[in-house]
Amino acid sequence: MSELLRLEKMRKTFPGVLANDDIDLSIEQGEIHALLGENGAGKTTLMNCVYGVYRPDRGRIFWKGKEVTIHQARDAIALGIGMVHQHFMLVPPLTVAENVILGLPSPREPLLDIKAVEKEVEELSQRYGLAVNPSAQIWQLPVGVQQRVEILKALYRKAELLILDEPTAVLTPIEVDELFAVLKSLKEKGISVIFISHKLEEVMKICDRITVLRDGRKIATLKTTETTPRELAKMMVGREVFLKIDKPPLKPGEIVLKVEALSAKDNRGLPAVRNVSFEVRRYEILGIAGVDGNGQAELADVLSGMRRASSGRVEILGKDVTDCTPLEIINHGVAYIPPDRQHTGLILDFTVAENLVGKSFFKSPLSKWGILRRESIEEFAQQAIQEYGIRTPGAQVKAKLLSGGNQQKVVLARELSGNPDLIIASQPTRGLDVGATEYVRTKMVEARNRGAAILLISTELEEVLTLSDRIAVMYGGEIVGIVPADQADIHEIGEMMAGTKRLVDGTLTLKIQETEKAYESSD
Amino acid sequence: MLDQLLSIFANVEFYAAIIRMTTPLLLAAMGSLLAEKAGVVTFSMEGMMLMGAVGGIIGSGVTGNVWMGVLLAILFGISVGLIYAIMAVSVGAHQIVTSVGLNLGALGLSAVLYPLVFKRGEEVIQTVIRVPSMPLLKIPILGDIPFVGNVFFNHLPPVYIGYLLAPVVWFILYRTSWGLKVRAVGEHPHAADTVGISVAKVRYATILFAGACSGLAGAFLSIGLLGSYMENMTAGRGFIAYTAIVFGKWEPTGVLLGTLLFGMADALQLRIQALGIGIPYQFLVMFPYVVTMIALISLVGKASWPASYGSPFRREAG
Ligand SMILES: Nc1ncnc2c1ncn2[C@@H]1O[C@H](COP(=O)(O)OP(=O)(O)OP(=O)(O)O)[C@@H](O)[C@H]1O
Ligand SMILES: [Mg+2]
Repeated sequence: MSELLRLEKMRKTFPGVLANDDIDLSIEQGEIHALLGENGAGKTTLMNCVYGVYRPDRGRIFWKGKEVTIHQARDAIALGIGMVHQHFMLVPPLTVAENVILGLPSPREPLLDIKAVEKEVEELSQRYGLAVNPSAQIWQLPVGVQQRVEILKALYRKAELLILDEPTAVLTPIEVDELFAVLKSLKEKGISVIFISHKLEEVMKICDRITVLRDGRKIATLKTTETTPRELAKMMVGREVFLKIDKPPLKPGEIVLKVEALSAKDNRGLPAVRNVSFEVRRYEILGIAGVDGNGQAELADVLSGMRRASSGRVEILGKDVTDCTPLEIINHGVAYIPPDRQHTGLILDFTVAENLVGKSFFKSPLSKWGILRRESIEEFAQQAIQEYGIRTPGAQVKAKLLSGGNQQKVVLARELSGNPDLIIASQPTRGLDVGATEYVRTKMVEARNRGAAILLISTELEEVLTLSDRIAVMYGGEIVGIVPADQADIHEIGEMMAGTKRLVDGTLTLKIQETEKAYESSD
Repeated sequence: MLDQLLSIFANVEFYAAIIRMTTPLLLAAMGSLLAEKAGVVTFSMEGMMLMGAVGGIIGSGVTGNVWMGVLLAILFGISVGLIYAIMAVSVGAHQIVTSVGLNLGALGLSAVLYPLVFKRGEEVIQTVIRVPSMPLLKIPILGDIPFVGNVFFNHLPPVYIGYLLAPVVWFILYRTSWGLKVRAVGEHPHAADTVGISVAKVRYATILFAGACSGLAGAFLSIGLLGSYMENMTAGRGFIAYTAIVFGKWEPTGVLLGTLLFGMADALQLRIQALGIGIPYQFLVMFPYVVTMIALISLVGKASWPASYGSPFRREAG
């Protein structure tokens, strides 16, 4: 095997941060090479330097043995490097084929022969097992399919090296398997892949070699066959990590959240949540398992006041909050950790401090007579940065410059401040490394132990199983079963997630409605 | 009075006038649509048109050849476009503010240029100056069809250009790879940038095209319809053209319909004025603008401007 790409002494600094500290890396032809590291270790930065998005301070890049300079993405593409960013670079209103051909001469220049492109995309997608509909518009596609479009885009440009930045962070378990199949077929055809991740099992499963980064430095490059997840975790974090979370059994208290026969529609106006009923009590974590896109996101939207219910009722501590505004819901003691920290969770162009006080800036001591008090805000922010271990050059840095894990810590610090009665956490550890995941989960269990009710929505079954006291499964917008965690059977839950089994049927919700009616007529 | 109003609608000339009055709006709006689709606010159309109007009169008056007037009008429009592109694309200045500045600048400059070129001796011109104006171009055969011929096929040349522009712009946008670039730049400039499209190049080219078309629209007013010039001759038609783009939701067919609506309002207003019924003419002049307002208020449905609308493109620092 020959060497495809070699990096020598790559260094990149940002104001106040040494993101890449003289990193060496070598990628062979036809290998899947993992870049493993915690949030903020510098993985994305290094790859952005290779792809021409950033210009390294120093360092040399060799492509097939020849030294090259890459000033912009165009140069990288011309060499045969393709990159799928953590945040996709697709134009939402354009079709798959249009996105693929964008920037390249079409088969019948200057005419846009989209039918011909669609055919080419079709062929390409069959060759590599990337099923997509070439004439679908991007915004209509689930993230997993959008990712395939990004890969197709790179392959269409004859990429020999494909950089995937945390590709599995946005995928459901089934989609992850599909992606891995694609990567294997790419490898067979001689295409190299750089696979950025911090999920050890995935890296062990798919990669040939692994390079571990920590704090901007390269720790080691190892063969997968010669290492263990335990060794890798230790290299990544710099200490032993324990993913087992200590969760004392507690007796559930009063009902905090009560949802009755709730239905809601998705953005296209189709029913997404159907007749859902459940309750969450103090000292309890109710986990909602399910494959992404089965109404969980819409359910979280309705509960946090960002989407209207089409019917049904939501109560918090006995008060009706159906279709209240987000602020009213916050004032009822609800914290919301949204699945999408980039758009909903944070204002990326605001500073870390501004984001941290996002829910409380109008209260004393952060403001007085409607005027913000800078010192108090700075103090509040510094304290949160300390307490949550947010890695940032300072409180006045824009949130968009933090790594994913640190962004999530900012969200968490803001939401958990003020001891909320109810925490709705949607995909709280998506894209986070082992250290940060451990941290977020510990914080949630702490909140439960002090008496908060927690609704945990996660597509990672493992997460739901470790954290929950009770587990509900959502499929096709319905809750198809609720089981106590200690009686949970993984196979049964898996079947429910796939829609082949249900424990709850229409009668249960009917029963709830009947009791409700009886109750109403009695007073 | 009702009879008189109804008589307007019975007259072929009224329908020909609609087509005529739509033309300057159509040229400017359709010509600017590409730039709009690329994410640029072309609120500077008014200034481009006005410079076109004065450029037309100068070119035609000085050379005695109306086509030189047309050429100069287009060059003037492109010049305003170039300044706008530098400000909006290269400098990254606020597009509405820059447009307002350019529109006011064009108003001042045209008011200075016209007397500068046409004054005789030291005395300032008082009378209306007539210059060679565009000839009617009757399309053979089609122009002889009763009614239809008079309404559609017996006009000044820019009228035909205007109506051809609509399908041409549509074709460029949706059937050429260059049009795909334009749409991508408007919707997601970063994505376009990462696949090697020069966002700046696309925006410059489309703005200059908008300048050329708006300049021609101005020439149509000065050396087309009239053969003479008045101060602030465009009288806000550039703004109405902009409104037509909004009204048409950034789609060629919609924009065409929008310009027709406003063109009709304009034609109707002129006819009613000519009837000499008791309505003060100031109210009638207001009519197209009122129609514009009502059209905008009643505009329903989802907003559909390009996602990067009005924001300059910067590559991420690093
Ligand atoms: N444009 C930027 N300006 C300033 N600092 C930056 C910028 N981009 C990244 N950083 C900083 O550089 C460091 C490395 O960030 P990078 O995004 O490369 O980490 P990562 O390993 O990809 O993490 P994650 O797993 O969270 O994506 C972080 O401390 C981050 O805050
Ligand atoms: Mg990253």
